[in-house]
Amino acid sequence: MNTLTLSRIQFAVATYFHFLFVPLTMGLSILTAIMETLGLRRGDADYIRMAKFWGKLFLINFALGVVTGITLEFQFGTNWSRYSEFVGDIFGSLLAIEATVAFFLESTFIAVWFFGWKKVPPKLHAAAIWLVAIASTVSAFWILAANAWMQNPVGYTIRNGRAELTDFWAVVTQRYAILKFLHTVVGTYILTGFFVLGVSAWHLLRKNEVPLFTKSFKLAAVWTLVFSLAAAATGHMSAEILSMSQPAKLAAMESHWNTGRNVPMYLIVWPDAANERNVVQAWPVPSALSFLATYSLDGEVKGLKEFPPEDRPPVVPVFLSFRAMVGLGVLFIVVAVWAVWVRSNPLDSPRLLKLLPWMIPLPYLANQLGWTVSEIGRQPWIVYGVMRTRDGVSAVPAGQVLATLIVFLLLYGLLGAIDFYLLFKFARKGPAPAGRG
Amino acid sequence: MLETIWFYVWGVAWAVYCMLDGFDLGLGMLMPFIARTEQDRRVVFNAQGPFWDGNEVWLITAGGVTFAAFPKAYAVMFSALYLPLLLLLFGLILRGVSFEFRNKVDSPAWRRVWDTCLVVGSFVPSLLLGLAFANLFRGLPIDRQGHMQTGFFGLLHPYGWLGGVLFLLLFAVHGALWLTTKAQGDLHRRAVAAARILWVPMILVAVAFLAATYWATPLWQNLWSRPFLLVLPLVAVAGSVSARAWLARQRWWAAWGASAIGIAGAVLFGVAGMYPNLLRSTLSDEFSITAFNAASSPLTLKIMLGVVLVFLPPVLVYQAWVYRTFKDPITEEFLSSEHSY
Repeated sequence: MNTLTLSRIQFAVATYFHFLFVPLTMGLSILTAIMETLGLRRGDADYIRMAKFWGKLFLINFALGVVTGITLEFQFGTNWSRYSEFVGDIFGSLLAIEATVAFFLESTFIAVWFFGWKKVPPKLHAAAIWLVAIASTVSAFWILAANAWMQNPVGYTIRNGRAELTDFWAVVTQRYAILKFLHTVVGTYILTGFFVLGVSAWHLLRKNEVPLFTKSFKLAAVWTLVFSLAAAATGHMSAEILSMSQPAKLAAMESHWNTGRNVPMYLIVWPDAANERNVVQAWPVPSALSFLATYSLDGEVKGLKEFPPEDRPPVVPVFLSFRAMVGLGVLFIVVAVWAVWVRSNPLDSPRLLKLLPWMIPLPYLANQLGWTVSEIGRQPWIVYGVMRTRDGVSAVPAGQVLATLIVFLLLYGLLGAIDFYLLFKFARKGPAPAGRG
Repeated sequence: MLETIWFYVWGVAWAVYCMLDGFDLGLGMLMPFIARTEQDRRVVFNAQGPFWDGNEVWLITAGGVTFAAFPKAYAVMFSALYLPLLLLLFGLILRGVSFEFRNKVDSPAWRRVWDTCLVVGSFVPSLLLGLAFANLFRGLPIDRQGHMQTGFFGLLHPYGWLGGVLFLLLFAVHGALWLTTKAQGDLHRRAVAAARILWVPMILVAVAFLAATYWATPLWQNLWSRPFLLVLPLVAVAGSVSARAWLARQRWWAAWGASAIGIAGAVLFGVAGMYPNLLRSTLSDEFSITAFNAASSPLTLKIMLGVVLVFLPPVLVYQAWVYRTFKDPITEEFLSSEHSY
């Protein structure tokens, strides 16, 4: 394997792995903040114990999120140096802003929260976890704005052999960036919601700390439903924007080959990329794809054949990931409706309580599938339409990349297993008994 | 002008990273020599507890500044130093997780694993940082395309090793001084002894490094052309010497502060001596990557300067506040609470 392939695998490993830990950080910081605030407002000790319990799981998860994030920032320079040199003026500054405005805040105040229970006044303590929640949201915005720029470069000109910034405002307020942010963040909240529901259900089935876990369940049920619906809405708006900015990606997501109007959406499809067609294509919903992409039944949707083969993303992984993500999204809505329905007396619904712990891995999968659609769908470009992935790689010897890739796999595999083991262990252990700590 | 400002912002980010995370890294390396009981080891972990993560963000910022302000330097430097940089990151990963994992399973063998990770994850990054900086001071065989004409082993020359050893000693003394403020009893006494003992080789290696810099790099000649910058090596030496003096007078915080200033002075001495080169080519001056030929567009540099001016002052304020809030020595009561490592 050459440096390009190895670097792509290494980057994929590092990002997928990082994003196993990001979503729970995003959502659980907010839920913990809400719990602690409710505890202070209502003088309800249960909520404070909840904040401590969920906050502990937050920290176990956060540990790997932090350390795997640093490697990502440096990997652009180590493995993608030609890309970095080409886009640093824009992409690099978004990353630097992320560090300056968000990482300091996040890392400093998470320490205040963990070590500060007795050192700082209660209100300031609750403010600390809110600051962590705000910082992680702000950090998500900047990094996703950077990703959005790779997908849909705006506000730049090619000068001095590189992309130079001409309009900062356009880069950070483009629709693509806003939607990317909303859809990604909403996806992380769904994951967090099912995590809290699943762990709460496990304890409720065993009648552990019933009042405390009923409160957690109730909060998470409503939260999960709201964001499951929001995922569908933002997902739909994202597809609409793709029809304008990345039509080849959209066509690959639907395995749609021929440009046309009144394009139906087939519920059952199996792509045959070699022959530029679908082997199976059944159960059409008339004009659905046209309508979803353009808001008009006879709107034109470009097919893959519109693009030269060397400009098309790999169809099968993009198509399958997209289908699976959407299917999971529908399942999330159904289960979330059920949870909201029974939220006040979850103990009366043992079947739901038995199902929910098994739901926990599914939004993890959905988040990873979403990134697969986004990033494999961006191929063969590293900056869409401007620079090809193969032109962005560093001239590092393949042997060195192979060596570091092996270390990455071993180290991440081991640490990931340990981290999930600890999450599992402390999730099952439940909150500390009342009146302690 | 903008390029020059950013060159020094870049240098300051590295200097602050070294002076802050330096004590965490130093403490991690010293742990096996200085901590004898389980309680001692927990003091070592908790002495860094509220600080290490925020300190590490200065590294991310230094990397981010390189990327944003000098994309070409970021690209060439980070790919030329591919292996040392990734080893450094692997080290920091091991260190980072050891804090969170160590106390989560009640078993001596488990804790030993994470103790080892802390030690290795502190030692390796310190050594590699020194090695990398020495190589930047000396320059690398970079060709016209920005490709390095030597392998990993080409970085391991005597001057590089000297830089690595210097960083190990600077950080070890810095970490021991930090522990003098956080530990009590026997551990405190051992921290004082360690700082005292290690200070001697540190100052000897520092002098040797400054002398070797004269022969191995153009730093001194470059500084000589702007003599007011000679204050930086003076600050470095004065900081280290006064750290020793404060230590003798049992002024622990003052000793640590002096050491921090010494480290910052040392890094800034090197950076100022490199100016305007970010990465000097030993093949030909025209291949060197400078603050001017690697800089981002003036628009980006201006926007980023605005970001730094608006957002960095509050960072300094709240980081200083956290240092103040958690300034007390680690007590048994603190360790017995569940809100400690």
